[in-house]
Amino acid sequence: MRPLSSFGLRAALAAFVVLLAVPASQAQQPLKVGIVTFLSGPAAGPFGVPARNAAELTAELLNAGTVPAPYSQKGFGGTPIELVIIDEAGGPQKQVAEYRNLVPRVDIVIGYISSGDCLAIAPVAEEQKKLTVLFDCGTPRIFEDASYKYVFRTGPTGTMDNVSVALYLVERTPNVKSIAGLNQNYAWGQDSWADFENAMKTLKPGIEVKTSQMPKLFAGQFGAEITTLLGSGAEVVHSSMWGGDLEGLVLQGAPRGLFEKHKVVLSAGEPAINRLGTRIPDGTILGARGPFGPFAPDTDLARWLKTTYQDRYHVPPNYASFKMTQAILGVKAAYEKAKGSGNGAPDQDKIIAALENLTFEGPGGPVKMALGKGHQAIMDAAVGTTKVEGGELKIVDVARYSADKVNPPDGVKSEAWIKSGLKK
Amino acid sequence: MKAAIVAIASLVALTGLALLSPQWLVFMAMLALAKGVVVLGLLVLMRTGLVSFGQGLYFGIGAYAAALLSHHLHVADAAVMLLTGAAAAGLVAALLGLLLAGYRDIFFAMLSLAFSMILYGVLVKSAALGSTDGFNLHARTFFGVALAPGMERRVFLIAGAVCAVVVALLVHRLLGGHWGRLATGVRDNELRVAYLGASPYRVVYVNYLIAGALAGLGGALAALAVGHVDPEMTYWTTSGEFVFIAILGGIQSILAPFMAATIFEALRTIASQYAPNVWQMSLGLAMLAIIMFLPAGLWTLAERRRRSA
Repeated sequence: MRPLSSFGLRAALAAFVVLLAVPASQAQQPLKVGIVTFLSGPAAGPFGVPARNAAELTAELLNAGTVPAPYSQKGFGGTPIELVIIDEAGGPQKQVAEYRNLVPRVDIVIGYISSGDCLAIAPVAEEQKKLTVLFDCGTPRIFEDASYKYVFRTGPTGTMDNVSVALYLVERTPNVKSIAGLNQNYAWGQDSWADFENAMKTLKPGIEVKTSQMPKLFAGQFGAEITTLLGSGAEVVHSSMWGGDLEGLVLQGAPRGLFEKHKVVLSAGEPAINRLGTRIPDGTILGARGPFGPFAPDTDLARWLKTTYQDRYHVPPNYASFKMTQAILGVKAAYEKAKGSGNGAPDQDKIIAALENLTFEGPGGPVKMALGKGHQAIMDAAVGTTKVEGGELKIVDVARYSADKVNPPDGVKSEAWIKSGLKK
Repeated sequence: MKAAIVAIASLVALTGLALLSPQWLVFMAMLALAKGVVVLGLLVLMRTGLVSFGQGLYFGIGAYAAALLSHHLHVADAAVMLLTGAAAAGLVAALLGLLLAGYRDIFFAMLSLAFSMILYGVLVKSAALGSTDGFNLHARTFFGVALAPGMERRVFLIAGAVCAVVVALLVHRLLGGHWGRLATGVRDNELRVAYLGASPYRVVYVNYLIAGALAGLGGALAALAVGHVDPEMTYWTTSGEFVFIAILGGIQSILAPFMAATIFEALRTIASQYAPNVWQMSLGLAMLAIIMFLPAGLWTLAERRRRSA
């Protein structure tokens, strides 16, 4: 027995030494990035899953080092990244619990589509001292009502969506006299309508608001509201609907002539074009919450995202996909800036300092972290009109608005800025 | 005597947990405690033979009352928030109870659901309260004593533990005595209770009031833990979650709601982390298994062990 046991002892010792040596030789511990997006529920289809797909694609191609310049370095500054994906469904209370569980497991958190979740998470991120990048939620309240050190948002706020469609509308139809709204009765719908209404009142003083219809969220059936709108005599109908409600509006409104009788503005309509296609009537004014999807500028980065995404998922990336990729690339830019030419991983405070006031290139064009003391992004806005050409839906007559023109200056609240004349 | 020992032991254990465990565990314990208190109220109702699908109403009232104190009146004291939450919910329950105590079975369940959805609708339409986005709240003191950053939630957990233990003891005493037997009597044969000279209406009313106030206390506790309130707290799925926890634990013991709430929170967290795509289904399967194999709740396991021992 003796030789065996001494052999066993030696083997165990050797294994132990090997185990000790492994972490030293494996300096390439991946950076863990928590991704929070809707994997279930009504927001999963139009936003959550396209965003998750973009996150997985971007992480994989970053690790392979095949993303175009300036992001061609592998991973984040040479360190591969690993995603930890969780579901955003379940409401803010559950999200705060899941966020607290996620924080010890990851280095950075990127996520959140719902504004309610963003508002609940931001103070917790500050308390937990964890770099947290919000990528999609729209409410400007986050950095207007509070200021944060650890929280950033790389997507523009909802303010510019409705300011830019109002500008577009007034440029195209300078004699517009009346507007009406059809928005979902929850924070997003209420805020979008308020922004649009106020922007129109600022641009065209004396404009008449015929009616504001607020059906409940996910009502799906808008027969009564469409009848009211058709009888209202309004020249313009504004809607910030998304998902199933938006599809319902288009499918129920088009046969009844809603889109012929009125100029219809869909301020967040872009994700629906992949599903509805040519069923969206000609002449509908469409926004994409920024220069995303079909509004993306013709750059290497935009082409790269469009082709690789289309190849893998067989649909074009929508604005949620663009914004997710943008958030990851923004963090990468800050990480690499903080790392500089050094070898070691930069600490979190350095990454935060690098991300503050950073200007980086996203797939939708330049992103400036200009508001909220350098924590909130602004971008150019783009608006277009739909037109079916040769059996395909095209976006024509695209207008671009520079970021400064459609976003308030730092320190000014969106609502006050719109009401006081959209001035710099 | 035995109840007092269990109470002291729980209090010591929770205080230890509050002081020693990492932040995420403190938070989960607090959420479990908050839900446990709400389900304790539901247990009182279930002993009376009634299921409320609208405890979200009082949960929401408690949370919003606490949050509004901090948001509009700039009162940032956690103790005041907890008491206000319970009192506000109790007050509304005292009013609605006058109507609801006259109903039983499905009518009671649907009416309670309807009232909670009315509050949900009102909150969603209130742009001043942030509509569906809700708003943040900050508690900075406890009975006037300022809390160091990072310590707040640990103190809240201890406060929550004290509240939970006190209400659990009170409910235990109440149900163990004359009132508890009356409640079971109403459940089993209401007519007989009336013939014996007791008022079933009064029993249901008082128990509804207790359940409402406890849900309000739970709501205020949850609001303190999360630091944010939103209308989802009054939505029927939240109310359904409380019923889920009540069924999970069973109604035999005062401890069952707290145990079930802890298991529920842990189950949901584990499912969210390890099966992010099917976490709802995991919860659903757990529910199905409980109903099929332990129809009287998880507490049956504890009782079986005691009987065999």
